[in-house]
Amino acid sequence: MTTRQFGAPVKRKEDPRLVTGNGRYVDDLGHDAWEAAFVRSPHAHARIVDIDVDGAVDVDGVIAVFTHEDLDGPAGDRLPLLIPHPSIEAGRTGYALAKDEVNHVGEAIVMVVARDRYIAEDAAQRIVVTYEFLTPVVGIATSRDGSDLVHDDAPGNVAAHLLQEVGNVEPAMAAAPHTLTLDLEIERSACMPMEGKGVHAHWDSDEQRMRIHSSTQTSTGVRAAVAAKLELPLAQVECIAPDVGGGFGVKIMHPWPEEVLVPWAARRLDHDVKWTEDRREHFTSSAHERGQLQKVTVGFDDDGRLLALDVKFWHDNGAYLPYGVIVPIITATQLLGPYKPQNYRVEFWSMYTNTVLVTPYRGAGRPQGCYAMERTMDAIAAELGIDRAEVRSRNFIQPEEMPYDQGLLFQDGRPLKYDSGDFPASLAKLKALVGWDDFAAYKKEAEAQGRKVGLGIGCYVEGTGVGPYEGGHVHVETSGRVNVATGLTTQGQGHQTILAQIVADELGVSIDDVHVTTGDTRRMPYAVGTFASRGAVMSGNAVALAARAVRAKALRIAADALEVSEDDLQIEDGTISVKGAPNASIALSTVAVMSNPLRYAFDESAKAATQFAGAFDPDKPPVADDDEPGLEGKDFYSPTQATFANGMHAAIVETDPVTAEIRILRYCVIHDCGTVVNPMIVEGQVHGGVAQGIGGALYERMVYDESGQLLNASFMDFLMPYASEVPHIETDHLETPSPLNPLGIKGAGEAGTIPVTAVIASAIEDAEGFPIRSMPISPTELWDLRRQHAHAGASPTSQTSTTEESA
Amino acid sequence: MTTIDETLRVPVTLTVNGVAHTRTVEPRRLLSDFLRHDLRLTGTHVGCEHGVCGACTVLVDGDPMRSCLMFAVSAQGHEITTTEGLGTQEDMGPVQQAFVECHGLQCGFCTPGFITTITAFIEENPDPTEAEAREAISGNLCRCTGYQNICKAVLRAAEIRRQGATEGGDVP
Ligand code: FES
Ligand code: FES
Repeated sequence: MTTRQFGAPVKRKEDPRLVTGNGRYVDDLGHDAWEAAFVRSPHAHARIVDIDVDGAVDVDGVIAVFTHEDLDGPAGDRLPLLIPHPSIEAGRTGYALAKDEVNHVGEAIVMVVARDRYIAEDAAQRIVVTYEFLTPVVGIATSRDGSDLVHDDAPGNVAAHLLQEVGNVEPAMAAAPHTLTLDLEIERSACMPMEGKGVHAHWDSDEQRMRIHSSTQTSTGVRAAVAAKLELPLAQVECIAPDVGGGFGVKIMHPWPEEVLVPWAARRLDHDVKWTEDRREHFTSSAHERGQLQKVTVGFDDDGRLLALDVKFWHDNGAYLPYGVIVPIITATQLLGPYKPQNYRVEFWSMYTNTVLVTPYRGAGRPQGCYAMERTMDAIAAELGIDRAEVRSRNFIQPEEMPYDQGLLFQDGRPLKYDSGDFPASLAKLKALVGWDDFAAYKKEAEAQGRKVGLGIGCYVEGTGVGPYEGGHVHVETSGRVNVATGLTTQGQGHQTILAQIVADELGVSIDDVHVTTGDTRRMPYAVGTFASRGAVMSGNAVALAARAVRAKALRIAADALEVSEDDLQIEDGTISVKGAPNASIALSTVAVMSNPLRYAFDESAKAATQFAGAFDPDKPPVADDDEPGLEGKDFYSPTQATFANGMHAAIVETDPVTAEIRILRYCVIHDCGTVVNPMIVEGQVHGGVAQGIGGALYERMVYDESGQLLNASFMDFLMPYASEVPHIETDHLETPSPLNPLGIKGAGEAGTIPVTAVIASAIEDAEGFPIRSMPISPTELWDLRRQHAHAGASPTSQTSTTEESA
Repeated sequence: MTTIDETLRVPVTLTVNGVAHTRTVEPRRLLSDFLRHDLRLTGTHVGCEHGVCGACTVLVDGDPMRSCLMFAVSAQGHEITTTEGLGTQEDMGPVQQAFVECHGLQCGFCTPGFITTITAFIEENPDPTEAEAREAISGNLCRCTGYQNICKAVLRAAEIRRQGATEGGDVP
């Protein structure tokens, strides 16, 4: 019996290649390509008066210098607004190379192509751009004030405005025995994959074909964008995402200017061209996320049950809006987490600022939503003097209420309807793991020793695996090798392993024989991309369906050859045999030969197949009308809606009474992502997600000054956590299968990150005894807060509450 | 106005993974670029080019060094080891094997820098504690793994190395 791969901690197929230096990332390709470097704006907001490139063209080794004027056809038009939405009032996008105006530091203005990167950078430094300065708009408060504009035709700096309401908030709020208002803030961070972006383009002038390698999360998207921008037939463009050194969202945005410019230049120059982003470029021209100001008003009863929730928030979308309003829509909807608000109104404004644009970063708006909701839960608990876990559990949606429709529209435009989940069970597990009920005693003991410790909690629900579709293609070669292709791309999630696990089980072959290709439009031209924790859900189910089709065909052919019923057959280890009669068998590789009436005996399988070649019917064609040659199958998985994973985290922190240094003593995670394909990989996703969350809670922020300069655009100054900052992460999990897909999978990619900021804020608040309303928080800020609260006699500054007699 | 002096190229001979390579390069050519693009040993990665992330770490005479902070010409006469020199897919070195067993990598971009760093560390400290293991990798950035499994891999690598040593096997 073949061991079942699904659910086992199978070692990754990709690893031997990657640990020995045999990975192929985009900068590992094209050693003979010419290289591009960019002149980028040093100013946040300015008009371009003149560009003098004379100094650059003289540099030996420079091939070409391009400005916006050189871009012909659609390449010179504005970049697309990828995801339009009715809430968008002023959707502005930039150009591949700036035209007339720049709107953030780092915006590309001139492209230099040279024999190598050193020369390209030398030449770029000799280009003189003359600017006329405009007033930069930096920070949400300044943007909201609206006296200076980022775009003249976007009044009030508002890109989009959306109001959604379920129930009737106003009367419910008025009638609520208690209300609280919280003003909250969360700052910008960024994905910061260790590999920046990169593009390599090869133009074949003989065949008039463009081949692009891009460090992208969507090769089909880049392919279509380049075809449109370069006015090439789609059939003449292919895009491959090779090994990609991390994505976390920033590489789902497309086309990045360079993804248009590098292929454009390769065709124009009839030579391979590549560009590899450096770290500073990544900081100032790739996307950031997270920055929001939030105002939450909540009405609740004496038991802490929600009666009405009214949320307003202002989302910083940066200089342009190419990715639409996905992030704030997710904040608005996923804010609700595992709770029933009874009456909910959420209103957001997506605001322009003269800073790098904002597109999804792991969690994609959920960390902000979770932060708003969980800060609110803690505030209710504090107001009523009820245990924080208890307040949460009183507001949980119960398992028997599933599926539960929150009455809102989700990011995919479909109902926000939770498919499954057992929140009370998750909470019970979390409390057991962290020792919730024993913490008070521990805290008391610590306090007796002069130590300050705090326990924090955060719960979330994550819509994962959004549609519209992903495809799978499975092909059995006559050698027995099984080729699997799916179109979405991979950035370290182990897709080559988990998809092979799924296909090996479905088909009854050894995992060693299964070879998975992702993100190559030559192999699977229809695909969406890797985001929204959708890889395993979408492509996992797609390859399972495709493998089932192949299995059915193999059984049909084998049944014919062995003259038995299909129902009597089984496939194990690549051999089809009659159940109970193992001698009556045929290899899957042989069936692959038989599936194709053209049987040149190139290999042993083909020779073996001749013994099964029976008499043929001269009245029938060699390939039946409803059949195809070859043992292969293709299918698409397209769900009606997202599937909702959930989780709960708790942390114990210690804050230094003197220095206000913050240390995480324990970090506990309970997560439920449905059926698990590979627990080792899921666990790794959780670890990585939590580490990014901790960065966002305690260390990382984008420090812009008022002129729009990013002051910490290097790894020296942007404090990404090292091993010394990330605690040991303790995990436990539930498996509540999704009823929505054949494999019962829910996404896991973003889970670890979502609640961390909320959890750490909760823990610090517990340690310090005053509310935490702005994150991330540094020791200096905590120290300042202590002083403020000491002066103000510990009255919370940014929280108002009313408690009335019950109406 | 100055022009780039084309004649300003010098011959360098570097020994990388036991093999001597001679090329003519600009004196400013980084060791990382030399390894990656001149020798096409692309296992050494570049994550920041300012000496902070550690992805570009190679062994120079056995000591971990950041190849983005070194010129190729400065590496003359030294023995350079990259992750390619520490094992092959068929015959992985102890650290490489430990990374595979412990799921110590996701995207794999930071991995070569960790592997070289840890190789040097367990040479110095063949039986580290968990705290020492964590400390040893605290100069390298990884954005994917959260470090927990890398810590595990350090301990496992040391264990594999010790077993290899007692069995008299070949330990790099
Ligand atoms: S690339 Fe050398 S330390 Fe980052
Ligand atoms: S595995 Fe991706 S950065 Fe470490």
